[in-house]
Amino acid sequence: MPLRSALTRQIGQIQDELLVLGSMVEHAALAAVDALKRRDAKAAKEIFEEDQQINEKRFAIENAILILMATQQPMAHDLRQLAAMLEVNTELERIGDYAKGIAKITMLLGDADIPVPVQEIDQMAQLAVSMLHRALGAFVAEDVPTALEIPKEDDKVDELYNVVYRLVVQTMISNPETIDLANLLMWVAHNLERMADRVTNICERTVFCATGELFEVNGMDEDDLNV
Amino acid sequence: MESKSDAFVRIATQTRTTSASPSVVDYAIEMRNVNVYYGAFRAVKDVNLQIEARKITAIIGPSGCGKSTVIRCFNRMNELIPGARLTGEVLFHGKNIYDPDVDPVQVRRLIGMVFQKPNPFPKSIYENIAWGARINGYRGNMDELVEESLRQAALWDEVKDDLHKNALALSGGQQQRLCIARTIAVKPEIILMDEPCSALDPIATLKIEDLMRELARDYTIIIVTHNMQQAARVSDYTAFFTVDEDRAGVMVEYGPTNQIFTRPRDRRTEDYITGRFG
Ligand SMILES: Nc1ncnc2c1ncn2[C@@H]1O[C@H](COP(=O)(O)OP(=O)(O)OP(=O)(O)O)[C@@H](O)[C@H]1O
Ligand SMILES: [Mg+2]
Repeated sequence: MPLRSALTRQIGQIQDELLVLGSMVEHAALAAVDALKRRDAKAAKEIFEEDQQINEKRFAIENAILILMATQQPMAHDLRQLAAMLEVNTELERIGDYAKGIAKITMLLGDADIPVPVQEIDQMAQLAVSMLHRALGAFVAEDVPTALEIPKEDDKVDELYNVVYRLVVQTMISNPETIDLANLLMWVAHNLERMADRVTNICERTVFCATGELFEVNGMDEDDLNV
Repeated sequence: MESKSDAFVRIATQTRTTSASPSVVDYAIEMRNVNVYYGAFRAVKDVNLQIEARKITAIIGPSGCGKSTVIRCFNRMNELIPGARLTGEVLFHGKNIYDPDVDPVQVRRLIGMVFQKPNPFPKSIYENIAWGARINGYRGNMDELVEESLRQAALWDEVKDDLHKNALALSGGQQQRLCIARTIAVKPEIILMDEPCSALDPIATLKIEDLMRELARDYTIIIVTHNMQQAARVSDYTAFFTVDEDRAGVMVEYGPTNQIFTRPRDRRTEDYITGRFG
């Protein structure tokens, strides 16, 4: 039996749990946008409440990683992998929060009469979730070329964000009493745009885990104005 | 006429005061193409190693890779082993300590050694420190030297009321700190430590590690340790050794400890520090 097979196995188990968390988050994001499309406040409320499970899973994973760090004294690649998993874990939970935020907005909109740029928002969600799904695959496989490619798609998300932004501004101008509600739609687009940014962070961690190099991929800047 | 050893000390002290330039790295000691043989067996092969002054350098590697052999080269301790032979150079302030005009006793004063098993003399705490200093011709105030050395070794507070107690009555950790005090009492520049904590419990070990960090302000420390966490905790630089196909010890990788333990460059280092060796 190779040395440290127990540690290798435990790291693998945590990675599996991370993928489970990833699929919970992907599901939450798509379901939240779907509820918005259908203006289904009841479904939105369920998604909002299910975020609790995502949080619990996140804490369980964090705890498992900390226990391995404390008891196994991981070094080099093992250490980078555990540190990267800790980071990815946090990013996933935040993405879950964005989904929860969208669900909350759907609840606040109720059946108010306001046009929602459904098509663009849906495209943003599909793209962000697809990026997330592939980024997690690349993370587990330590596939550096893929991890470097995925963040480039962030530009498409930004473009869609700009389209939604303009559509919502038009709604505000033509119908000033909708400003409060329209502002909520702005937040939906913002959340989806931030989801894609967090996928970029996951890709950065993939490169770090595989190579030990820490750098920002694709020059994505948190302070970009997106307008 | 100046004796051999006086000449060596003079060289050492002269260069000590002139080598302090902030921009260039100040190396305390350096191995060049060092090979060590025990009879016909080459135990250590082609080692080139520069040790930065007033830093802690750890030597790690599997059992039998030549760590003890290498650390003994730094103060000619290997000469005390019958059949041991060294080729190459060990430069201390630019002077090869193996040159025929260098006195090994002086080398061992300037480059002291602390061993794996604490080995105080069966005498009082006071005498353990005073003895070495006296032999080395110390003429100053002995009480002051004893106190200063014990303070530097973080032992003073524990023994100050009982300096005439037999050193063997101290705990293992205290004995090891006494041996460190004894070593620094003769004012060396470099302290060599071969597994100094392997006979100590975890708390005594952490005390020695804290002490090492303190001592690194004034001294250059080279430590051999089997405990990788210890190397990671305490050292600034780490050298990883292993054995090659003819069982000779070779240095695989040498670099800042932070780098060696987070992203080693060589697969063999990675395998060893992640515990997947062999
Ligand atoms: N006095 C000696 N006579 C002959 N061979 C020796 C002697 N001392 C060491 N060796 C051999 O030299 C090699 C290196 O030994 P050394 O003690 O330097 O290794 P080490 O890395 O310190 O090992 P350990 O971690 O077990 O202390 C080994 O193959 C050993 O058998
Ligand atoms: Mg040894």
